[in-house]
Formats: sequence, structure tokens, C-alpha cells
Amino acid sequence: MAVSHPPEHPRQAIETVFRMESPRIIAGVTRIVRDVGIAEELAQDALVAALEQWPAQGVPDNPGAWLMATARNRAVDLVRRRERYARKLAEVGRDLETAPAHAGPLEPPDPDAIDDDLLRLVFIACHPVLSTEARVALTLRLLGGLSTAEIARAMLAPEPTVAQRIVRAKRTLAARAVAFEVPYGPDRDARLGSVLEVIYLIFNEGYAATAGDDLVRPALCEDALRLARVLAALMPEESEAHGLAALLELQASRTAARTGPAGEPVLLKDQSRAHWNQMLVRRGFAALARAQATAPSPAGALGPYALQAAIAACHAHAHSYEETDWQQIAALYGLLAARAPSPVVELNRAVAVAMAQGTEAGLVLVDALTAEPVLKDYHLLPSVRGDLLERLGRADEAHAEFERAASLARNERERELLLARAADCWAGSGRGARPAESAS
Amino acid sequence: MPRYLTMIRIDENNAPEGGPSPELQERMGALLEEITRAGVMLDTAGLRPTSEGTRVTWDKGELSTTDGPFTETKEVIGGYSICQAKNMAEAVEWTKRFLKTHEDYWTITAEVREIEG
Repeated sequence: MAVSHPPEHPRQAIETVFRMESPRIIAGVTRIVRDVGIAEELAQDALVAALEQWPAQGVPDNPGAWLMATARNRAVDLVRRRERYARKLAEVGRDLETAPAHAGPLEPPDPDAIDDDLLRLVFIACHPVLSTEARVALTLRLLGGLSTAEIARAMLAPEPTVAQRIVRAKRTLAARAVAFEVPYGPDRDARLGSVLEVIYLIFNEGYAATAGDDLVRPALCEDALRLARVLAALMPEESEAHGLAALLELQASRTAARTGPAGEPVLLKDQSRAHWNQMLVRRGFAALARAQATAPSPAGALGPYALQAAIAACHAHAHSYEETDWQQIAALYGLLAARAPSPVVELNRAVAVAMAQGTEAGLVLVDALTAEPVLKDYHLLPSVRGDLLERLGRADEAHAEFERAASLARNERERELLLARAADCWAGSGRGARPAESAS
Repeated sequence: MPRYLTMIRIDENNAPEGGPSPELQERMGALLEEITRAGVMLDTAGLRPTSEGTRVTWDKGELSTTDGPFTETKEVIGGYSICQAKNMAEAVEWTKRFLKTHEDYWTITAEVREIEG
């Protein structure tokens, strides 16, 4: 039966609006007070004001603008007071020229100014002066609008730890007087790299972990995906911002197919492509096209995120695992290995080469990696090697590799899968070529 | 983060003549841009009138098709959006903002439903 809600449920409405608007409010106020910690407090003050006034006066027509104007007025008052003490009135005059003083509550927000401020806030939250954990927490808090409790749940960390991390991060930014700006020049690539890395880390924190509270962590993927979309919109000319968005859309498109009914990981080969979310696939393709269109010349010089997105797109284009264009994927991994060399990339390249050029060719590349210290305890190395050996009919060696992989796997589900494959080799039953990939 | 399908229902027979005003289109465009930039909007579109639509029915083992317009229903789905929002409250808030771009003489109902899975 339809239930008609009362005209407004103020408290819930206010909290929802506040969560939606808080990144923009914090960004707008930071421009005035130059301190994200104070800006966040002023935004909270605006929330309190809304909780006091809206239930009596009704929710304003443009609640976001109301909150923004309220927070901004308080910020301007604060700066004025602060500057009076310091007797720097002349300076204030100049500073305030850039910030519209005492905005009326119904003044329409200027979308361009908000975008600029948001982008500066992104660069502050992901500033390299902070530890990686602090960057992640601060980004989720200031830009994702997550409460400390939500971040703690998502990161599987105690709430006081996360709260401390955020407080310290804000203090560090203030103490180091980190500039509220979008970096230009040679600094820019490194700083953008940090921003992209933080968003990717947040995504992987939710995506790679099959352990932990799996009800909460997929939400973390979605938070990261939303941040990636926001960033791509804020930096439309930045190829890698689109590349990261494309990568995350494509990876997220497979979420429903990645686990079986009992929560066990499902390998790429065995995933039902009917369960890949085609809307996210299309969005991934579109974002990849934008990454290609904005890539710096020479044409096709894609960055690491766009290259990984291109690889994911190859999988999404294939109607079945067998129809996958492994030549193309191997070539893309070659470009990725040249652009961002790492043993893990090299291992993935070996898998693609084994599919494209034959198992022997892949095994040569994998064997070259066995001395790699970084991969010493990486369960996917023996797992891949076992798979290739099995395909070559070297069952005894394959068995040993799968056992070793199982002993290194930290996830119980993966360990079960690897032990089952080891048992298969031992039995010599040869269940056929299994993919040498992680369940991605 | 759940996804929500919002279906915009209008009374096709009593919709304002000439469709949305240029001002409405502009306001709506600005809002859709904002929702997209917030990373929330996944997909949205309007639908062609039911006069161009067809219903296909499976009933007791029989297939039948009926061409529009479907005059028997006062409310038809004129458009939809798919958003990724924190919760129903956020999805509803965006929907309210969308409806508020319309002039007072419009009567529209938006139905917000969470997409399962």
C-alpha cells in the first residue's frame, strides 16, 4: 500500500543533502580559510545551523546553495576576525576579492568555481606529504563524504585509529602550509600520480579482498568508482584520469560474476559473461575512448591506467574466453611493461604470451621471474607456472607448483582452489587447461 | 553502492503543449550535467511517445502484440535514469532536484526503485 510521506522529514533530508554537498562546501570554504581542518569544521557548523533552522522554516529551495552560503559567511567572518588580530587588513581586502564576500543565501553557485575548488581539494587530500593511509582516509572523508565510522568499517581498521589518522593528516597539511592549488609544470605528473593511486588503492581495497566483511567492501569499490568519475569530469583533458575511470568501470562490470554462490572466487575463464554489467562495460569503453582521444602525442601514447583499461576492454569485447584477442592483450602488456615495468606486469604478460604464442613461450618468461625477489611470496607466480606446466603435460612439476601456491595464498577460498588443482595433477586426470590468471 | 532506476511518469494526454520549454531544457541540462559530474549518473534518456511503442504479451501460452498509443493508462513512463547513490535518500534527493526544474504547470511522478544485485 502506498504511504504518503509528510512533506519533509527534515533531519534525514538535511543529513542526505549535507553528505551530497559537503565536498563542495569544504572545497569552497578551504579557498577562504586555506585550511581543510577548519573548513571541515565550518561545514559542520553550517550543518548544525541547518538542523536548527530547516525543521522550523522548511528546507530551502536550493539547500546546497544555502549550506554553501552559510559556511562561506562564517569563513569570511573567521578570516576577518583572525586578520584583525594580526592587523593585516590590507591583505584581507586582497584575499577577499577572490572570494565572493557575504553571499546571500539564494545566490546561485558558480559551477566553474566549485569545480576548481573541488579539484584543489582532491590534490590537497592526496598530497604526498601525507602517508598513503592518511591520503586514503582523508580522500574518503573529504571527497567521498564518508563518516569516520564508515571509513573504519571499510578499511577494517579501528575507528579511533582512523579518526587519529584524519586528525593528524589535517594537522600535517596545516603545519606544512600545503598550498590549496592544482599543481602545474613538472610537479603536476607526480602529484596527479598520487591522486590516481589513492583512488585505485581505494578500489582495490574493496575489489581484491575476498576476506573481511564482504558486505561493506564492495561499497568501497563504488566509492572509488564515483571518485574516479568525478576526477575525470574535473580534469577532462587528462588522459590518465579517463584511463583510471575506464579501468574501474570495466573491472566493476565483472563484480557479480567474480564469486560463486558460496562466495568462492570464479576464474576469468569460468565467469559467466552474461553476468558482466553491460552498462558499466559501455561506460568503460566510452571512458577509454576519451583517454585515447586526450592521450599526449605521439598518438597512442597511453599511460599505465589507460593501457590496463585497454586490456580489460579486450576481455570485455570477447564474447567468450576462447574468443579473446590474446595477441592484442600480449601486445598491450608489452607496452605496459615498457611504460610501467614491474614483475607483476611481467607475470601477466607471460600469461598473455602463453595464450598468444604458445605455452612454451609463456613458460620461458615465467621461469625468468622465479628469481625475482619481489615475487618470492607471491602465490600467483607458482600458480601460473603450475598452470603452464600442467598444460605441457608435466603433471608432477605442476602438482608441486600448485601446492606451493596454496601454501602462499592468504585467502582461504583461493587456497582451496589451488589444492584442488594440485590434487587434479596428482591424479593425472588433467581437467584441461585452466587459466593461469587470478580471479579478476 | 546501490543503483536506482528512476522512472518518470507523465500523463501523456495532459502533457503541456509543445513539450518542455527552452528554459526547462536548459535547467534540466545543467542539473543532468551536475549529477553526471558528481559521478552519480550512469544512464538517462527520455522515451518516444507510446504511439510509437508496442506491447508484447505472453498469456497462457499465447503471444500477442498491441501497438500504441496505450490510452488506457493515464501514467506512462516518459523517461528514466539509472543512478549510483549511497542510499534511497540520496537517490530521492536527486530526483526531487530533477522534478523541481519543471514549471508549476507540470504534473509528473517519479518512481525511484533500487536495482537488485
